[in-house]
Amino acid sequence: MSSAPPMPTEDPDRIASHAGPPTAAAKQVFGQRMAAASATMRRWSDAWARLPTVVRWSLLGLLLVFLYTLPLTKPWPIDTPGTDLAGVLGGTVVPYVVVALGLNVVVGMAGLLDLGYVGFYAVGAYTLGVLTSRHANLPWLLCLPICIVVSMVVGVLLGAPTLRLRGDYLAIVTLGFGEIIRLLAERLDWLGTINGIQGIGPPPNVGPFKFGVLNKNSFFYLGLTVIIVVYFFLKRLENSRVGRAWTAIREDEDAAELMGVPTFRFKLWAFAIGAAVGGLAGMLYAGKAGFINPDGFKINLSILFIAAVVLGGPGNMPGVVIGGIVVSYLPERFRFLNTSRYMWFGIALVIMMIFRPQGLLPRRAHGRTQPPDPPTFEDVKEGDPDLEGGAHGALA
Amino acid sequence: MTFSNFIEQFWPSTINGLVLGSIYALIALGYTLVYGVLRLINFANSEVFMLSAFGSFWALQILGVPYRLGNGDDPYKTGLALVGTLGFMMLVSMVVGGTVAMGLERIAYRPLRKRHAPRLVFLISAIGASFAMSEAVGEFGPRGRQEYGIQRVLQKRKVFSIFSADVRNDYIIVVVGALLMMTVLVLFVNRTRIGRGIRAVAQDMETARLMGVNVDRVILITFLVGGLMAGGAAFLYEIYNGTARNTLGFELGVKAFTAAVLGGIGNIKGALLGGIVLGIIENWGTAIFQSNQKMGSVVAFSVLVLVLMFRPTGLLGEALGRSKA
Amino acid sequence: MQTTRVRQAGALLLSLAVVAGACGDDKKKDTKTTTAVTTASAGTTASSGTTASAGTTASAGTTASAGTTASAGTTASAGTSAGSSSAGTTASSGTAAGGSGSAAAIAPIPTGVKCDAGIKIAFLGALSGDNGALGTNMINGAQIAFDEFNKANPDCQVTFDSKHDSQGAADQASPLADAIVGDAKVIGLIGPGFSGETKATMPKFEAAGLPMITPGATNAKLSTNGWKMFHRILANDDKQAPGVVSLITNVIKGKAVGVIDDASEYGKGLADSVRSGLAAMDVANATIDPKAGDYSAAITAMKDKNVDTIFYGGYYAEAAKLVKQIRDAGLKATFVSGDGSLDNGFIKNGGSATEGSYLTATGAPGDVNPAFQAAFKAKFNADPALYSPEAYDCARVFLAGIAAGKVTRADMAAFVASYDQPGITKQIKFDSTGEPSGNAVYYTIVKDGKLAGQGLIPG
Repeated sequence: MSSAPPMPTEDPDRIASHAGPPTAAAKQVFGQRMAAASATMRRWSDAWARLPTVVRWSLLGLLLVFLYTLPLTKPWPIDTPGTDLAGVLGGTVVPYVVVALGLNVVVGMAGLLDLGYVGFYAVGAYTLGVLTSRHANLPWLLCLPICIVVSMVVGVLLGAPTLRLRGDYLAIVTLGFGEIIRLLAERLDWLGTINGIQGIGPPPNVGPFKFGVLNKNSFFYLGLTVIIVVYFFLKRLENSRVGRAWTAIREDEDAAELMGVPTFRFKLWAFAIGAAVGGLAGMLYAGKAGFINPDGFKINLSILFIAAVVLGGPGNMPGVVIGGIVVSYLPERFRFLNTSRYMWFGIALVIMMIFRPQGLLPRRAHGRTQPPDPPTFEDVKEGDPDLEGGAHGALA
Repeated sequence: MTFSNFIEQFWPSTINGLVLGSIYALIALGYTLVYGVLRLINFANSEVFMLSAFGSFWALQILGVPYRLGNGDDPYKTGLALVGTLGFMMLVSMVVGGTVAMGLERIAYRPLRKRHAPRLVFLISAIGASFAMSEAVGEFGPRGRQEYGIQRVLQKRKVFSIFSADVRNDYIIVVVGALLMMTVLVLFVNRTRIGRGIRAVAQDMETARLMGVNVDRVILITFLVGGLMAGGAAFLYEIYNGTARNTLGFELGVKAFTAAVLGGIGNIKGALLGGIVLGIIENWGTAIFQSNQKMGSVVAFSVLVLVLMFRPTGLLGEALGRSKA
Repeated sequence: MQTTRVRQAGALLLSLAVVAGACGDDKKKDTKTTTAVTTASAGTTASSGTTASAGTTASAGTTASAGTTASAGTTASAGTSAGSSSAGTTASSGTAAGGSGSAAAIAPIPTGVKCDAGIKIAFLGALSGDNGALGTNMINGAQIAFDEFNKANPDCQVTFDSKHDSQGAADQASPLADAIVGDAKVIGLIGPGFSGETKATMPKFEAAGLPMITPGATNAKLSTNGWKMFHRILANDDKQAPGVVSLITNVIKGKAVGVIDDASEYGKGLADSVRSGLAAMDVANATIDPKAGDYSAAITAMKDKNVDTIFYGGYYAEAAKLVKQIRDAGLKATFVSGDGSLDNGFIKNGGSATEGSYLTATGAPGDVNPAFQAAFKAKFNADPALYSPEAYDCARVFLAGIAAGKVTRADMAAFVASYDQPGITKQIKFDSTGEPSGNAVYYTIVKDGKLAGQGLIPG
């Protein structure tokens, strides 16, 4: 793999589909369900596409206004009795959604199961902590690119030796790395050991938007804006050559490799971009919290992150946004249940998975490259989100 | 790094690692069996273990062994009474483990299988189920989220020494018990009709179904067996350690899962080897790094990463009646 | 070709990580941080060393409280037992308490107070999650104080807003702090329970001028941030460590000492302070992972150095497991631990293995105030545990403020700063940084399965 062959001009999605192994009956049934689900989705999105542009834009604008005013209006079904809605949105939901978007690149788009994603989240948070409080006093804005780059570099460093592994072996190795990063933070004096880092610098005040300890709304506005930016950045990426290569790798890595996709390089890219977004999320979290310690980056968090992606619908960006919201927001919404809220959250996870096994908002079959026909063989293949990349089948 | 410590503590570290590793190995079986058959990570196996540990506790209450007395001695038993009590504890633990594991399959996994859900979804469902079980014990247990100290019926004694290391009677029970259970399991999988069914389903579910194997039943039995092993592990853990709480499962579960992968997930002998290697490496790592147990974990994970880099399917490779492509 | 390189890179990376870990350890020896918790159910009690006065004062309290359980119980037992227990020893739990030390009878419960409805005192801390047990201990202790107060004052019902469960995690605590600060009816806060969440939320309480008293956060550095609203009921870990050191060198006369910590902010902070105090000795060190449950590696290290005394920095649940495993391993060393282990749960879970253990605390030693104990038992069907008495004392400070008509945050803050009354753990008084008064370190021995207070550590 020393020299990368040129990318094929044909859509890699198709290649992957055709070259895939024969579809088992079980997969076909699931695929049909998926196809049915995505057909529904397609109807909706077609209806959306048929709306006049003005209507579409004003609806989107209304949605944005609704979202941006959430901390002020606190509508009853959304408010979180027992804790502060704006604080929850800005300090928990925003980082989780950014994380879900980033992890979706790795898990949903490229099909690499990463159980150590919290490591990148920690790298972002600690980079900000080290640069604005522990060892320097750099401004937040300057730290923003540094955090992203540092996380990206760590992603490449961890990805390079491990990305040859497949499926669950990759999962356990990444889990190990995530845990090693936390344990090192706990141990290294340079990173504040178990005591963590205090007094982390907040973003700079912009006009009426102040980022003091009690200005929780501004953090939410900032976070929402970052989410929108990240969303469109990743959306562009998904529809690019890189995104198509990821899809090919996800669908069948061996086939993709045979067809000339430099799989290792693209997997590394997925890892690096995922890590960068994860680091950004960690930075947002640390900037809001002002304090971080290794306890905030345990393995359970990695698992919740994965849950966000899978719950929402891996590979579908609106889906993972919803997944991220559900995973971070639901336990806070359940606060009226007091200490039993995590028990109910667990039960809710099981129930949601039973009723929406494709995710709350499943991936739409083939995005824009597929004409809106009745389910075809491609749909069936596409609907199989088996993340093994062809090493072995789901239930085969 | 202090290698002198490591050399001085080599034998005790190894013996303790062996004991702990045997328990890891038994829990790892719950992951490995299910993985071999369904190719999914049964994350909730750790909570099966946790509930089984409470099963041991419950068994003593059924027998009316007095609860911790505050002062004075534990209600030690000897001879037949001891064997009977331990046997009953083990039985209850295993029944609890088996029941919970089967319930888990019926409630959290079977509906997903019927819907042909992708594999990752099982992971999330399993995580949900673990949250629910662990939190339910914390919420409704008689002592809530506090630590439960289990009454001790076996008086721990030193039996003999290997070099500088003491070998206690509970060590022997744990290691021998784990090996026995493993042996029975291997015989069961290789020699019985049901075992053949398990191997058949592991090899090719569709074909097995076409050949007349009742796949649902085989899967249920696989979970049952995994649960029994977790129950046995929980019993041995209680003999060795004697405490339980609602968060007990997670940490041990991660270690056991790591052990399963280290040995080669889906491979029964691999679980045994992986468990023991992990237990020993962890203790060695701790001894090398100023007796810091957390560094032991770092070393254990690092070894796992290194092993997988050179043997991408674990020490023994994956196999449950199958040769992998 | 590339595969090999990748492998080499991986191996290199790993060894770097491991070396980094090792270096971290070396460097860490001179850093010392500290944290968390302190006293356990060290209660002090109703009676003082001298009898007669104790009896009388206490009953004065009773009268005032119009027959509320708590002080009634106190009086009786104080009256009887104080005579028999000399200043040195305290009897323990169910039996009455003869406190030693300087605490006088506790301040009476105010009666006949009138105030506006809806005044709230909030709690913030872990009620579920890994440390859920400790936070539950706190709210249960505080709840007793609110029950007593509300019973004695029908015209002033104070709400104890205890549902803010942070799981001890900074990210959950932060929005909870926003909610507490945003609720104008909240005029005081009991908590946050641990040092980590305190660091994360304290800037908010400071900015909002909300006075807080923490029953559990004992990291020494917390009081050095210039926070005016910060108060704690327990002395910080750095104050306890010298006492531990002199206990080990002067009382136990340990020759070969081992120090084990649980890698938590509290346990490691206290253990590191003790380590630096014992720097003259060749101390055997070990760190356990509290969640692992099996501590044989640490014990092997202790056996290897043949220690005669082991100090453990950490909480009671793990201390009980550790001491049991130490005895199982045939190690006879004297077990010493700090206030995080001073709890009946230590004896309950550790059983006979705990016999003869030494536990230190910065409050007065001995067992819990019997009246408090009785009220607690009646309500929760369990003994008060680590932090319950401290949380009770926190609540009493705020309730006294309400009785004195301080119903705004600013008034309450001023009241707390100038408070000086006996509580059930000790004399409650804060210095300008929010640290509690009194640096004396006391010790307790586990004797016949009971906590037996021994008085001041001779220095």
